Amino acid sequence: MELTRLKSWLLAIGFVVLVAVPPLVTALDETFYITLISRVMIFAIAALSLDIILGFGGMISFGHAAYLGLGSYAVGILAFHEITNGWLQLFVAIGGSAVVAFIIGAICLRTSGIYFIMITLAMTQLLFFIGISLETYGGDDGLPTDRSEFAAFIDLGNEWILFYLILGFLVLCMYISWRLINSRFGMVIRGCHENEARMQAIGFPTYRYKLLAFVISGSMCGIAGFLLANLTEFVTPEFMHWFRSGEIMIMVLVGGMGTLFGPVVGAFAFLLFEEIISGFTENWPVIFGPLLVLLVLFAKQGVWGLLPKSKAGDG
Amino acid sequence: MKIKLLAFAALGALMLQPLTGTPSVAQDKEVRVGFLGGLSGGRGIFGKVQKEGFELALDHLGGKIGGLPTKYVVADTQNKPDVGRQQMDKLIKQDKVHFVAGITWSNVLAAVYKQALDNKVFLISTNAGWSQLSGKRCNPYFFRASWNNDDTPEAMGQALQGQVENVWLLAPNYQAGKDMVSGFTRYYKGKIAGTTFFKLGQTDFQAELSQIRAAKPGSIFTFAPGGMGIALIKQYKAAGLDKTIPINTAFVVDYLTLAAFGKSAIGNRHASFWDPTSINPANVRFIEDYKKKYGKHPTMYSVQGYDAALLMDLGVRAAKGNLSDHDAIRAGMRTANINSPRGGFQFNNNHNPIQNYYLREVVAGKDGNPTIVTRKTVFRGHKDAYHTQCSMTW
Amino acid sequence: MSTLLVLEQTLNGIQFGVFLFLISAGLTLVLGIMNVVNLAHGALFMMGAYFASTFVAWTGSFFIAFLLIIPSSVILGIIIEMLTLRPLYLRDHMDQVLATFGLILFFNEGVKLVWGVDPQPMPTPELFAGNVEIFPDAPYPVFRLFIIGVGLLVAAVIYFLIAKTKVGMLIRAGASNTQMIRAMGVNIRFLNTFVFGLGAFFAGLAGLMAAPIISVESGMGDEMLILAFVVIVIGGIGSVRGALVASVIIGVFEVVGRSMLPIAMQKIFPLEIAQTAGPAIASMLIYILMAGVLFFKPQGLFPARTG
Repeated sequence: MELTRLKSWLLAIGFVVLVAVPPLVTALDETFYITLISRVMIFAIAALSLDIILGFGGMISFGHAAYLGLGSYAVGILAFHEITNGWLQLFVAIGGSAVVAFIIGAICLRTSGIYFIMITLAMTQLLFFIGISLETYGGDDGLPTDRSEFAAFIDLGNEWILFYLILGFLVLCMYISWRLINSRFGMVIRGCHENEARMQAIGFPTYRYKLLAFVISGSMCGIAGFLLANLTEFVTPEFMHWFRSGEIMIMVLVGGMGTLFGPVVGAFAFLLFEEIISGFTENWPVIFGPLLVLLVLFAKQGVWGLLPKSKAGDG
Repeated sequence: MKIKLLAFAALGALMLQPLTGTPSVAQDKEVRVGFLGGLSGGRGIFGKVQKEGFELALDHLGGKIGGLPTKYVVADTQNKPDVGRQQMDKLIKQDKVHFVAGITWSNVLAAVYKQALDNKVFLISTNAGWSQLSGKRCNPYFFRASWNNDDTPEAMGQALQGQVENVWLLAPNYQAGKDMVSGFTRYYKGKIAGTTFFKLGQTDFQAELSQIRAAKPGSIFTFAPGGMGIALIKQYKAAGLDKTIPINTAFVVDYLTLAAFGKSAIGNRHASFWDPTSINPANVRFIEDYKKKYGKHPTMYSVQGYDAALLMDLGVRAAKGNLSDHDAIRAGMRTANINSPRGGFQFNNNHNPIQNYYLREVVAGKDGNPTIVTRKTVFRGHKDAYHTQCSMTW
Repeated sequence: MSTLLVLEQTLNGIQFGVFLFLISAGLTLVLGIMNVVNLAHGALFMMGAYFASTFVAWTGSFFIAFLLIIPSSVILGIIIEMLTLRPLYLRDHMDQVLATFGLILFFNEGVKLVWGVDPQPMPTPELFAGNVEIFPDAPYPVFRLFIIGVGLLVAAVIYFLIAKTKVGMLIRAGASNTQMIRAMGVNIRFLNTFVFGLGAFFAGLAGLMAAPIISVESGMGDEMLILAFVVIVIGGIGSVRGALVASVIIGVFEVVGRSMLPIAMQKIFPLEIAQTAGPAIASMLIYILMAGVLFFKPQGLFPARTG
C-alpha cells in the first residue's frame, strides 16, 4: 500500500490541525471541543483496529466493542483496588484484551461468513452480561473511576495533556497499522481476504495468521478502551453493547473499509455528524438511519476511498 | 523527520497553555438551563415525559426562571453513559449553563455527576435514583426531584407489612433491582417465600410464573421498569395468577404505561410519591395544563421534570438573580418551597426529598377504562435510608 | 422441586422455543435462500406488533388484524427490499449488516413519531384468553398453546412451500445457482422479492403473536433479533428444520436452566452468591450453548446443503 501525495498531505495537515486544537479552542473559549475531539480520536483508534481485521482480513467482527469494554474495565477495576499506575493499567488493558481476543478468536475463526458475524456478536453479549453481573464493580450502574497516574509531568487531570496523549496513541496506532499492513504478515492477511484457499495451498497456516491479526486488532482496541475510561472517568458494561459494535463498524464504512486511514476519518465524520444532528432534533435517528443506507448504497468506498488512489495500491 | 518536527510543535503548544483557573465571567443577566435527557431510541420514553413536565413548568414560569431571561438547551444522552458525559461537557463548556436537569438511568447519572460538581453547576435528577448520590457521594451541587431507588419499594414493603404473609420478590438482575429488593425488605419484616432475579431485558416470564405458582406465596412484589414490567403483568394476568396471588409493584404501573396495559392492570397495587387524585390546586393545574398541552395524562416522571424547573426558579429568586451566588441559590433550593403537584416536601441533608409515599391502585373508571386511585398514605415525610452516610449538613 | 413443576417448566421451554422459531423462521428463509443478513428483521417484527395493536384498536378483532397483517407486513417488506436490499445482493455481508442497521435506527425512532413514545395497548384475544389445566392446579394460558399451534403450522407451511411447490423448487434452485436459474429464464429478481416478502410476513406474524404477551414499544425487536440469530446459527443457516430444532433446544435449555440453576446453586453456594450468580450465568446460557455448538459444528447442527 502506498499513499498518494494528496493523501500524505491531508494526513500531515490533519495532524497539524489536531495539534492546534487545544490552544485554538481555548483561545476561542470553546473548550468543549477538546473533550469532543478527544472522544472522536478514541473511537478513531477503535475503528482503525477493527479495519485491520475487517477491511484487510475480511473478518466481519460484530463484537469489537468487547475490547473497548475490556480496556476500560482494566482501568476501572485496577483503580477500584487502588492501583492507579497508568503503565500497569495500560499493560493490563492491552494484555487482557489480547488474551480475550485470543480465546474468542480461536473459537470464532473456526467459522466463517455469517456464522463468524453472529458468533463474535454472541461472545460480546457474553462479556456484556458478565459486566452487568459484576456487582462489586457497579454492575449495570457502572463504576466511576479516577484517571490513570503516569509520571508527574503527564497529569491526565489536565484536559490538554489527555488530549495530546490520545493523539499520541492515535498516531502510534496508525503507524503500527501502517507497518503491519505493509509487512509480509499484512500481505498474508490481505491474501486470506482475497482467496484463503489459495493462501493455504501456497502453504500458509492461514488460521494462525488470522488469529494473530484478530489478537492484534483486539489489543489495539483495548488501548481505545483504556483511553475511553480515562476520558469519561467511568466504566460501564454499556461500552460493550452490540449497538456500540455496530457503530464502530459504521465508522469504518463511512471512512472507507480497507483503507487504513479511512476509519480515522470515518470516526470523525460519524461522531461529529451525530453531535451536530442531535442538536437539531431528538429524533435524529430517523434521518441518520436512511443516510446510512444511502451511504452503503452509493458511497461504498467511504470518504477516504473517494480520494484518488495511487497506482500501487488502494491506500 | 516531519513527525519529529510536529511532535516538537505539539510540545510547544502544550507550553502555551494558559494557567488553569475559572475565567472571570461578568455577572450574568441570563439564566441558562440544560435538559440532559435520554431521548432517542427505544428507552427514550422516560426522558421524553420528564422533558414534557420540565417544559410545562417553563411555560408556567412564563419562560423565565427566577424572572430572568432564560436560555433553554436540550441535549440527548442516548441513554449511554459516555454520550451523557460528552453532552454534559457541552452544556457546561459551550452553553455555559447554570443548571442541568434530567437523566433517566443510574448509569448515566453516575457518569456525569462529577462534572457538575467540579464545574459548580447545579444538577437536578428528574429520575435516576442512584443511591450512592444519597450516601457517600452526596454533594452540594446535586439535588433530586425524584427519589432514591430504595424509597418506593420501602413504601411498598411498609404497605404490605402485616397485611400479607409470605411474599415472593421478583426483580431484574442488576443494581437497581437489588436496591429495590433491599428497600422492600427493609420495611417488610414478614416471611419471604422466595426471590427471583431475572435477566435484564427479559420478556418471557412464564417460567418464573410457574415457579411462583408452585410455591404458593401469599403475594408477589415486583420491580420491572419499562417493557419488562408490561410483559410481566400481561403474562401474570394471562396465566390466571391474578385470581390467586395478588401482585404489588414499583415502577411498573403508572400513567405512562396504563394505556398499554389496558384492563389487565386493574387491581394492581403500587407505591408512588405522587397522588394523582390530590385536589391540591398545584396538582389540579398541573394535570389540566399538561393534558391541554400534550393531549394525554401526565405521568409521575412528568412531575419530577416539572418540579426540577420550579426548584431552579426558587434558587434564582432566593439569590435575587445573582447567579454567581451559589450559596444563596442552594439555600433557596433547600427550602423546597415550591408548588409541587406532589404537595409539600422538604429536602434532607443529602438533597433527597423527604416526601409522602402513597399506596395506589388501578381501578376501572366510570367509562370502564383503567384509572389510578390512591388508597392510603403509607409514609408521611419519608426519609431515605442513605442520608446518614452523607456527610453534608446544613 | 416437584416432578410436575419440572414437566411444566419443560412445557414452558418448548413453548418459548416455538415462539423463538416464529421469530426466526422468516430470518432463516431470507438468510439461507437469499444469503442476505437482514438485521431489519427485528424491526419488521416490531412493525408487525405495532400494526397489530393499531388494527385491533380499529376493528376490535384479532382475526381481522391477522388478515390485515398479511398485506401490510408483506408490502412493507417489499418496499424495504426494493429500496435498500436489492442493490446489495451481490455485495458482501458487511454492507447488508450496515444498511439494515440503519433501518433499525430509522424504524425504532419512526414508530415514536407515528405512534407516540408510549407503549401501545394490545389485549389478548377473547377466544384465547382463558386457561386450561394441563397439569393439576396449574392452569396454562390458552394463548401460549395457540402460539405453539401457530408455530408448528408455520413450520409445516414453509416445509410444504419449499419442498412441494413449483415456487419452492425455483427458490431452491435460485439459492444453489443464481446464474443458472437466470439463464433458464426465471425472473430471479421477482423470486427474491417474493422470498423477502414471505420473510417479512413471518416477522409480522411473530409480532402479532408476541404483542399480547410482551410490550409493544420502540426497540422491542432488538433483543428478539439477537435471539433469532442465535437460533438460526445453532440450527444451521437456511435450514428450517434446523431452526425448529434449535429453537426448541434453546427454549428448553434456557427456561429449565434459568429456573433450576439458581436452585441448584443454592445447594452448593451460600444463598447470597447463588441468588446473584445463578441468574447471571443463566442469562449467558444461550450464548455459551451457541459457542459450544459452533466450536464443534462450525456450520450449526443442520448445515443446509446450499451454502
